[in-house]
Amino acid sequence: MNNRHIYILAAVLTLAGLGIFFYKMQVLGFPVRSQAQAPVWNVEAAVSFLPGPAAVKVTLNIPSLTPGFVVLDENFVSRGFGLTTRDTALGREAQWAVREATGPQTVYYRALVYKDPSRIVEDTTPAFPEPPTLDAAAKIALDGLIADVRRQSADVATFTSELLRRLNSPASQDYIELFLTRGSTANDRAVLATTLLAGAQIPSRVAHGVLLRDQAGQVQPMPLLEVHDGLQWLYFDPISGAQGRPDDFLVWWRGQVPMVEVEGGATTTTELAVQRSVLDAMMVVEQRAEQRGSHAIDFSLFSLPITTQSVYGVLLLVPVGALAIMFLRNFIGVKTFGTFMPVLVALAFRETRLLWGVILFAVIVSLGLLIRAYLERLRLLLVPRLTIVLTVVVLLMAGISVFSQKLDIQSGLSIALFPMVIIAMTIERMSIVWEERGASEAIQEGVGSLVVAALAYLLMGINWLEHIVFVFPELLLVVVAVTLIAGRYTGYRLLELRRFKALATEPSAPG
Amino acid sequence: MFRQYKAIAAAGVLGMNKRNGDYIMRYNPRRLYPLVDDKLLTKKLALQAGIAVPELYGVIETQHDIGDLARIVGQRTEFALKPAHGSGGDGIVVIAGRSGNRFRTVGGALLERDYLEHHMSNAINGQFSLGGVPDVVIVEYMVHFSPLFERISFQGVPDIRVIVFRGYPVMAMVRLPTRLSHGKANLHQGAVGAGVDIATGCTLGGVARGEVVTHHPDTLNPIEGLAIPDWDVILDISARCYEITGLGYIGVDIVLDRDLGPLVLELNARPGLAIQIANRQGLLRRLQMCDVHAAANGDPAQRIEFSKQHFRHPVGPLLPPAAVAIATAA
Repeated sequence: MNNRHIYILAAVLTLAGLGIFFYKMQVLGFPVRSQAQAPVWNVEAAVSFLPGPAAVKVTLNIPSLTPGFVVLDENFVSRGFGLTTRDTALGREAQWAVREATGPQTVYYRALVYKDPSRIVEDTTPAFPEPPTLDAAAKIALDGLIADVRRQSADVATFTSELLRRLNSPASQDYIELFLTRGSTANDRAVLATTLLAGAQIPSRVAHGVLLRDQAGQVQPMPLLEVHDGLQWLYFDPISGAQGRPDDFLVWWRGQVPMVEVEGGATTTTELAVQRSVLDAMMVVEQRAEQRGSHAIDFSLFSLPITTQSVYGVLLLVPVGALAIMFLRNFIGVKTFGTFMPVLVALAFRETRLLWGVILFAVIVSLGLLIRAYLERLRLLLVPRLTIVLTVVVLLMAGISVFSQKLDIQSGLSIALFPMVIIAMTIERMSIVWEERGASEAIQEGVGSLVVAALAYLLMGINWLEHIVFVFPELLLVVVAVTLIAGRYTGYRLLELRRFKALATEPSAPG
Repeated sequence: MFRQYKAIAAAGVLGMNKRNGDYIMRYNPRRLYPLVDDKLLTKKLALQAGIAVPELYGVIETQHDIGDLARIVGQRTEFALKPAHGSGGDGIVVIAGRSGNRFRTVGGALLERDYLEHHMSNAINGQFSLGGVPDVVIVEYMVHFSPLFERISFQGVPDIRVIVFRGYPVMAMVRLPTRLSHGKANLHQGAVGAGVDIATGCTLGGVARGEVVTHHPDTLNPIEGLAIPDWDVILDISARCYEITGLGYIGVDIVLDRDLGPLVLELNARPGLAIQIANRQGLLRRLQMCDVHAAANGDPAQRIEFSKQHFRHPVGPLLPPAAVAIATAA
């Protein structure tokens, strides 16, 4: 065939394979390293209370719009409570309800959160707020304050900063004092700021959240002032006035409502806990692609049921093993029984581990050869003889498994995964070669097969490789391309260099 | 290692990959393989073309036919059993005598009748054929090998292998059985291969198990310098095998019978590469020369003339690649 044709085909396949590979790696963020792990956070809210005599209803605000974070998974734990979740004006809430409960009760909300800086909060632009209803004195103070602050600011952001600065350093402020009676916690300040901002016709709200830091024990929710400048939400620390959302701040709920409300119960305590953990990066990619609406995942192997996935995890390695065997046969010149028999044996080695695999393989084949030699004397026809060899191989495998179980050698059990039909054929083939071509040839080919199987196993055993071909199966196109080119390799095999050594040393004949 | 590679390349050695990729795949269309893989078919074709082959006594096609062996053999005490699709000489049993239910092989072993029947049944079930497909057993004339080779072979039948490329006999060797090879003319099993000068039919040095030998390991007689009789006949039937099969790259296996002269035993569409070691010369140059000249010569006699003229031992260095490229492109 035309070599150019092959080169073009190989180039196209390589480009296609690598193109998809880079797209998935760069754009979709598929992990190249195996067991790549992405940091995720487990956040948990535990609400404990003593139920009253009648029906109990627990309402917990839960995260909905979380700038900078993706909620990958969430679950609700309670015993005997009915659960509903619903969207509210300012977010989302979960409601547990039960007709009757006795003794202390606890309900849990847990969420798995992944930090994704590219995620911005998708929120509608709020309407201008109603001016606050205040008494006359307060109204004058408010107007004066707003006028003062407006003079010393340029836009919504600076206005808010200035306002917060004044709220927190009230010493020389005339107008402020009136408002400061409302309390001095961060929450109070944030609420106060929203009132004042409403007076200046600036939409604002209080966001409550937790800082995702690795710490043991309980964490306290802290408020952040959210101010809308007409285009987007800006964040301010209500105490320091610093602008910006700390990048480990997870917004849990919004508004001036408490986090938890319990109807029909008492002595409520709410505990929040944050724990850092890691998650398979692949799972994170999956969730993100889902939220992005990308179909790369839908049409990848990850859309398969998990058991099928694990089958393909192994199957996709077979071409890689076959590539190795192709190389060993056509470039090195190793002889094996059956073209791809070593790949199947190598697959079995994955379960038995190499040393045991080789030992078990050698034991089975040797015993099989003995049986075969005995059967030869009985002069059976070919197919019945093969049937007996196969049966004996299965029995031997079962025997070895039972025996090793008694001896408590775990590796012996995994022999069940040996490809018995292939082994039976190998025994038959080997015994014929033994008879017709001599023992050395048979042993040579047998050892060759085993060496090739071991090499294929070592190659296929590289975790990283298994991960790569599973996540990026398109790379098998590159395998095809390599094989295409190798298929036109007409140079010598490595072992031929030795075989024809006599010819090389001979001085080439004159003229 | 790279120097070794270059040294072999410079010697024009044909490697396995090149043989498969550039010669067998290019010149041997797969549909023609059955002509040579089935020895029965090869025999018929050869007879049609007037090429001498060992006489066919009969064919055992089924398990049931095995009982017919006695009828097929009749009063003859010498015969050979061959699986029609056997490769590399596997499964061949040569019987040189019998007494009642016992058969004596040419190697001297005594075989019980039921052993022989079991062997035939194995062959029919495809034990010796490529891919294990069901086969038939050919019962044919046992070759009485020419006394010429007695001095340099141990039991068994020495045979002559000629590589024929596009109708040109390009290289030849004689395979001499040894004690190691159990009387089989198979280089894998330790038979001695001795190169043969295409022009004269005289044996050159030998090789056994990849090592150069000058004397037969069992009879201790020198291997070199033996003139093979009927060499012209051998070249003629080899060259004509191209016409009967249409295969461009074949190995023709010929035996010299004491009474009947050269007989074609079998043809091989994937002839081995050891012949190069036996001749201590690479095949590539000769193949290239054929590529350059092939178009000009059509007739077997002309081709033999060309071979004799150009492939006289030893043959010169490789052709420049450009010349070959032009010839193969044409």
